[in-house]
Amino acid sequence: MKIHEYQGKELLRGLGVPVPLGGVAFTPGEVKLVAADLIQRTGNPVVVVKSQIHAGGRGKGRFVEQPDVGGVKVVKSAEDAAQIAEKMLGNTLVTIQTGPEGKKVQRVLVEQGMNIARELYLAITLDRATGRNTVMASTEGGMDIEEVAAHTPEKILKESIDPAVGLQAFQARKLAYALGLVDPVAPRFVKFLLALAAAYDRLDCALLEVNPLVVTGDDQVLALDAKVSFDDNATFRHKELEELRDPNEEDPSELEAKSWDLSYVKLDGNIGCMVNGAGLAMATMDIIQYVGAKPANFLDVGGGATAERVTAAFKIITRDPNVRGILVNIFGGIMKCDTIATGVIAAVKEVGLKVPLVVRLEGTNVELGKKMLDESGLAITTASSLRDAATKIVELVKP
Amino acid sequence: MSVLVDKNTRLIVQGITGKVGLFHAEQSLAYGTQVVGGVTPGKGGETVLNGRVPVFHTVRDAVEKTGANASVIFVPPPFAADAIMEAADAGVPLIVCITEGIPVADMVKAKRFLQDKPGSRLLGPNCPGIITPKQCRIGIMPGYIHTPGRVGVVSRSGTLTYEAVHQLTTLGLGQSTAIGIGGDPVNGTNFVDCLKLFQDDPETEGIIMIGEIGGSAEEDGAAFIREHVTKPVVGFIAGVTAPPGKRMGHAGAIISGGKGTADAKLAALREAGVTIADTPSDLGSTMARVLGAKTSA
Repeated sequence: MKIHEYQGKELLRGLGVPVPLGGVAFTPGEVKLVAADLIQRTGNPVVVVKSQIHAGGRGKGRFVEQPDVGGVKVVKSAEDAAQIAEKMLGNTLVTIQTGPEGKKVQRVLVEQGMNIARELYLAITLDRATGRNTVMASTEGGMDIEEVAAHTPEKILKESIDPAVGLQAFQARKLAYALGLVDPVAPRFVKFLLALAAAYDRLDCALLEVNPLVVTGDDQVLALDAKVSFDDNATFRHKELEELRDPNEEDPSELEAKSWDLSYVKLDGNIGCMVNGAGLAMATMDIIQYVGAKPANFLDVGGGATAERVTAAFKIITRDPNVRGILVNIFGGIMKCDTIATGVIAAVKEVGLKVPLVVRLEGTNVELGKKMLDESGLAITTASSLRDAATKIVELVKP
Repeated sequence: MSVLVDKNTRLIVQGITGKVGLFHAEQSLAYGTQVVGGVTPGKGGETVLNGRVPVFHTVRDAVEKTGANASVIFVPPPFAADAIMEAADAGVPLIVCITEGIPVADMVKAKRFLQDKPGSRLLGPNCPGIITPKQCRIGIMPGYIHTPGRVGVVSRSGTLTYEAVHQLTTLGLGQSTAIGIGGDPVNGTNFVDCLKLFQDDPETEGIIMIGEIGGSAEEDGAAFIREHVTKPVVGFIAGVTAPPGKRMGHAGAIISGGKGTADAKLAALREAGVTIADTPSDLGSTMARVLGAKTSA
């Protein structure tokens, strides 16, 4: 689960990680109020207005409706802040991470301007190779860290966290001095990093990325940006984070699928897929491409493919206007194929079928299941293998 | 022969009084597996499955009373990592965790705990289990699609394993042992461990390895194959068409930071001499071809 930058910063502030002063605003009027308050509290007229969307690259991004405006703007008065927010709010921001369709900006973060002396990179995430969380730090703050990793991997420093004891101060010190920090900044960096690591544990994060981490002209260490995402498997013990979810940032079909315990990801092809098992669902997408078409979605109905869930899955798939045909691929295993056939027939009767449907079943009672589909009187084509199914559906949707 | 499990395996089921645990305990028993006990805290002293399987409060009790040497875990996600550590603490040599959805932080701790228990091997979590046909079934796979034979199967995906197994059975090649290592980012046994086991097993003649996007376990497997595996290996990687940044069902199946792509994994496997099956429908026939070529050579 992802959240907005301002939400991440508020969480971090509450857990003792220094972040700039600032607040969220939904209208230009609110922006003006927040900005005026910041200017009064800091005595510094410089404020930053930052578009809040769940995607990076905002500074270099551009608005569809306002091509000369970027997603992050530094201004010198509350009035200017309101004026620039007017151009951001309600408009669509396109960045390297949003795709060409962009994302609508509905809230902005208004923040105090900082006097930046140095920009660093700092992140904590899981290192799958070791099965441990790892701190990554680099002098190349503000840069695209994937570029840094690809071209100058020696510039990324790492410290592995032993889960038995957590991140230790000496590890943070090693990084501080390796980054070239000196007193009084080094101990502030150590304090910052220890608080960040504690926050990572406390919130069950999947990623905590501070890019850039800034050292100010007066030697303060702060998170100028913060990307926070949570481990989806741990949300059951963080009910308080659920309210940070922004439904505008999520695909409505993906949300609905989740409520049915279905795993759905929308893609841009035209063959809808319904499969049991994540690996098989991916492989089904791949084989559709292999035989010359493109999948419209990833959809894993999971182990217990009941009639209700199959019906819900059908509704989600057919709502996508790009879908020209549907491929159902279920390896029954423990579940009996006649049970699955009953579910598919019931779902088709309820939802209706406007596009070709190919069903491939395998497992117990497969012959009975196929017979039921063939004799249902519905326009269902049965297939004997995954390859056969993919070939048939691609043939059926050909114009 | 087989790897890790056979007719002498004595299995306990952690979470045996839950619906899923009980169902699969019964399935395993019917398959011929020695299901010698179950564990549910608070239900020690009871029995399940018509008195055939005794239930214990703790894994330690169960191991002491039954001589179990394997455990399968059907405990809900919030308690599953604890169950893994309990089994390791009781000295169970093979721990198979079926549970899907365990918090990553819990698995990081459990893996650390297991480092001090070299006598215990974890399989999973979020995996279908392990089966040696006609001898021992641990997990949730449909037993009837398996048949004893010559091919070792190791996979990150459950239903894709069934695809491969089903084809091997239909083609008369069968399986020595089929192992699901699971789809989570932090797991126990990996590809390298299983490849080594199959390479050392005299009755395994060929190996099918099924990977998916995310992480670098397939690349590590490829490196091991290049150095140490002399048996023919057929590979498949799911997720060629998966977009970056999207989690494809499994917590571990995500391309992030340009890493974990199917193309990189396929390239590594090809370089290691692995024969790639174009589609999952070709896993069995591809294995038949490489084994046939080897036999006639």
